[in-house]
Amino acid sequence: MSTTVWIILAAAVMTYLTRIGGHMILSRFERIHPRVEAGLNAVPAAVLTTLVAPAAMSGGVAELAALATGAAVAFLVGGMMPMFLTSAAVLILLRHLIG
Amino acid sequence: MATDIVKDSTGPGELAQGLRDSLPVVVAAAPFGVLFGALAADNGLTAFEAMLMSATIFAGASQMVGIELFGQKVAPWLIVVSIFAVNFRHVLYSATLGRKITHWSPVQRLLGFFLLVDPMFAEAERRGEQGKRISFLWYLGAALPVYVTWVAEAWVGALFGRMMPDTHALGIDFLLPIYFLGLVMGFHKRPLWLPVVAVSAVASIIAYKTVGSPWHVSIGAFAGVLLAAVMAPTSGGQEEQP
Repeated sequence: MSTTVWIILAAAVMTYLTRIGGHMILSRFERIHPRVEAGLNAVPAAVLTTLVAPAAMSGGVAELAALATGAAVAFLVGGMMPMFLTSAAVLILLRHLIG
Repeated sequence: MATDIVKDSTGPGELAQGLRDSLPVVVAAAPFGVLFGALAADNGLTAFEAMLMSATIFAGASQMVGIELFGQKVAPWLIVVSIFAVNFRHVLYSATLGRKITHWSPVQRLLGFFLLVDPMFAEAERRGEQGKRISFLWYLGAALPVYVTWVAEAWVGALFGRMMPDTHALGIDFLLPIYFLGLVMGFHKRPLWLPVVAVSAVASIIAYKTVGSPWHVSIGAFAGVLLAAVMAPTSGGQEEQP
């Protein structure tokens, strides 16, 4: 099997461990320490931010305008689809206009 | 401490209700399932590998992170760790849902947790709040359509991704940051969201410029998580247990 397949299978096992691990480990405790819980709560936003920030930094006018529009729509309207479609539309439009 | 001894509701009604509940999720996830397949092909994965990823990992955001790193040819273990880091939030879902499905058999739980994606957690929480029991049949009905279509979409996306003409003009190369931003925004009601996002953003940019990719992901994320742990209020009336 190729390296890619092995990476995928290893990642699948690790992902399954996150899905079963919380039940197996955390449920043994009466309660989670507030700091641990706050830290775990922050994990998704923290990880995903690191995937946006460098891209935003190296982006041009079209990219920055798209992200700004997306953030605004997410705040005002909410939901993934409106935000995603508006942001992508701004990106495509500006790339056609600016080049 | 009330232990519910209601008999597990079974039968086609529960399954049908689950199938109905899955519809909005299937529709909302479809573009991203196809997008994943297309981007996977764009980053050099075969259609089989894209489908295998959707079928075995079954976690959208982390799959996107994975193919982003495949494209950059980074060390294999780093890809696995990055996917694990993005999926780490499931630990909390698992702990929360686990208390509500103690009436499931061990095999049912093993399967149920495999299917525990973000929208499934949300749907299960919603059903629990309605005072309804989370039966295995309902859960299966709600989760299976999402799973089956997700895997099929990876295949469709991988096929069409290969014939995608001008990815720059169509903005395909920048759709991932937009999608990730959407996910980040989705968490904006969580406590300490803004400080966490701000610190992670700054830390990841500094790390990106000094240490380099893909370490900026771990370093930036760690900075945000640490801030949340430090800033968390530890005293006072926030001890409510579900």
